[in-house]
Amino acid sequence: MDTFRAYELMLTIRFFEEAIERLFLEGRVMGTAHTCIGQEAVAVGVAAALEPCDAMTTTHRGHGHFLARGADPGRAMAELFGRETGYSHGRGGSQMMMDPSIGFYGANGITGGSIPFAAGLALDAQIRGSRRVTVCFFGDGASNQGVFHETLNLAALWKLPVLYIVENNGYAMSTATSRGLANACIADRAVAYGIPGVRVDGNDFFAVRDAVAALATDMRAGGGPALLECLTYRMSGHSRGDPRVYRTREEEAEARKNDPILRLENGLKQDPAVNDDVLAVHRQVAQARIEEAIRFAETSPLPDPAALQNSLFA
Amino acid sequence: MRTVTFTQILRETLAAELRRDPSVFLMGEDIGVYGGSFGVTRGLFEEFGPARVRDTPISEQALTGIAIGAAVAGQRPVIEIMFMDFITLAVDQLVNMAAKLHPIYGRTCPLVIRTPPGGGRGYGATHSQSLERLFAGVPGIKIAAPSNAADASGLLQTAIRDNNPVLFLEHKLLYPQRFDVGDELPKPIPFGRAQTVREGTDVTLVAWSFMTQLARQAAAALADGGIEAEIIDLLTLNPLDIDTVVESAKRTGRVIIVEEGPKTGGFAAEIAAQVFEHASDYLEKPIRRLASPDFPVPSAKNLEAACIPSVPEIVAMARELVEG
Repeated sequence: MDTFRAYELMLTIRFFEEAIERLFLEGRVMGTAHTCIGQEAVAVGVAAALEPCDAMTTTHRGHGHFLARGADPGRAMAELFGRETGYSHGRGGSQMMMDPSIGFYGANGITGGSIPFAAGLALDAQIRGSRRVTVCFFGDGASNQGVFHETLNLAALWKLPVLYIVENNGYAMSTATSRGLANACIADRAVAYGIPGVRVDGNDFFAVRDAVAALATDMRAGGGPALLECLTYRMSGHSRGDPRVYRTREEEAEARKNDPILRLENGLKQDPAVNDDVLAVHRQVAQARIEEAIRFAETSPLPDPAALQNSLFA
Repeated sequence: MRTVTFTQILRETLAAELRRDPSVFLMGEDIGVYGGSFGVTRGLFEEFGPARVRDTPISEQALTGIAIGAAVAGQRPVIEIMFMDFITLAVDQLVNMAAKLHPIYGRTCPLVIRTPPGGGRGYGATHSQSLERLFAGVPGIKIAAPSNAADASGLLQTAIRDNNPVLFLEHKLLYPQRFDVGDELPKPIPFGRAQTVREGTDVTLVAWSFMTQLARQAAAALADGGIEAEIIDLLTLNPLDIDTVVESAKRTGRVIIVEEGPKTGGFAAEIAAQVFEHASDYLEKPIRRLASPDFPVPSAKNLEAACIPSVPEIVAMARELVEG
C-alpha cells in the first residue's frame, strides 16, 4: 500500500469517527458506537500488509478496521444511521457489519467473541489449502476472556493460519491495563502456547505493517498462529457518553503528542517534496469522502420492518 | 427390515453424510479413536481420518466458535457436545454469533450441534439436564428432538443439509435402545412437521424426545381402561408445528404436555399458551403440563425418578382429565 494511500485511509478513519461523535451529540445517529481515534495506525498498518485473499475479523471498536480493509464509508455510515443501504440493512448497527467480498467478517459486539470465529475461518483456509491468512483484532480487555486461552491453545495445536492482533489501548472500558493485567505484556502469553509473540509500537504505521507482513509470510509457509501486540492509546472515550473520569486530561494531552497521524505526517515530510500543502490535498479528499458518506446515509431510505418477516432463517 | 440401536443409526447417518458431502466434518471431545462418550462416532475416525473426525481439547466455547467460523466460510461442521449440560460453556457463541448470522448479517451458518440431554442414568445434576428451553427462546437456532431411530436419521440428514444452526438432541436413554428400521437409511424428514404417532379421541398427549416413548406406554395403559389418547411427537421445537397440536386439541378438548425438565419456564408453557390462544373455545378442561419439579436432577435412583415424569403420572393425569 502506497504511504499516501495509508495516510488518506488513516484520515478517513479519523474523520469518520469524529463525525460519528458529532452526529451522536446532534441526535442524528442513535444507539451506540465505540470510536478508535488514536488507533488508526494499527488498522491501516495491518490492512497494508494483507493480500486480497486474506480475512479479517474485528471488535466492537471496528469501524477503522473495516474502512482500512476497503469498506465503503457511505454504506458503513448508513448502517450507523439505521438505513436500508447499510451493510446489514440497518439490522446490525455499529458493531455488526460484514462484507466477505473484501474478506471482512466483522464482529458481534461481545468482547472476545471473534476470537474462535477467526480460528474457524483459518480452519476453512487450512482445509481448502488456500494461502489465506486470517487476522483477528481484539483488545487488552478481551485478552482476559477465557475463550482467548481456549482458542490460542487449539489454534497452536492445529497450526491454524490465524494472526491474533491485540490492540492494547491502555483501557478495558474504564479499567486501566495496570488494574486488569497481571502481566502487562500480553505478547508474553504467546509463550504459553509455543507460538511467536511480538510487541510493536502500534502508533507507528510502518512498524505495524512490517511486523504483520513478516508474521503473515511465516504463516503462509505453514508456521501456524502468532500473537502481535500493538501498543496504542484510545484517545476517544470508551463509547458515546463516557465522561472519562478514570484518567486525567493531562494524560490525554500527553498521549495526543503521540498521535499516529501526526507521526505519519512527520515521516512523510522527511521527503523535501512533501509539505503542508501536499498533505492538505489528502486531508480534503478524506474529508470529502466522509461528507459524502453522511449525505448518502442520511438520504437513504429506512429499512422496511416487513422485511424482517421470513428472514430469520436462511 | 433390520434392527439397529439409536447409536448405530446415528453413526450410519453421519458416515453417509460424510461420504456424500466433502464439506461435512465432525468435531468434538473424544470423538476420534475413543468414538465419543456414548460411542456414536465409533469407527468413523478409522474410515474418515483425523481431518474429518476432529478430536478437540476440552474447550467447548472455542470448538463451537471455530465451527461457526468454518461454517460461515462454507464448511458444514457437525459438532458433538458430550453432555447437554456442557453446552452452557458454548452458549455465548451459539446465542451471540450463530443465531445472528442470517437475520442480522445475511450470512449462512450450516452448523449442527449434537448433544445428549436428559436423566435416567444417575449421572447427577450436571450430566442430566434438558436445556432445550434455553435455546427455544432464542430466535435463529433450530431444535430437533427425535424419539426413535428412524426419525433421528431423517432429522439428522435434514439438519446437516440445512443452512442454519441446528441443535440436535439425542436423549441419552435412547442410545442403547433397539428399533426396527428399513435396510436403507430413512429419507430426510422436513423440519416443522409434528407427527401424530397415535390417534385417539379422548386426550392429546404432546411430547418430544424420550418423553414420546413414555407417552406411548401411557397410551397403551390408558387404552386398557377405555381411554384413547392421541400422541403428537413434535420432532422439532423450532420450527414448531403448533397447527397439528391445535387441530388435535380441538378434537379431543383435553391436552397434556409432557416435558422432561423443570416445569417453571419450560417449553411446555409455550405450547400451552399457543394452544390456548388458538383453541380455547374447544377445551373441555384446562391444559395440563406434566414436567419435572423445579429442582436440579438428583443422583440417587429413587430421587432422580421422582424428578422425571413417569408413565403412571401421565396415566393418572389423563384419567383425571377424562374421567374427573
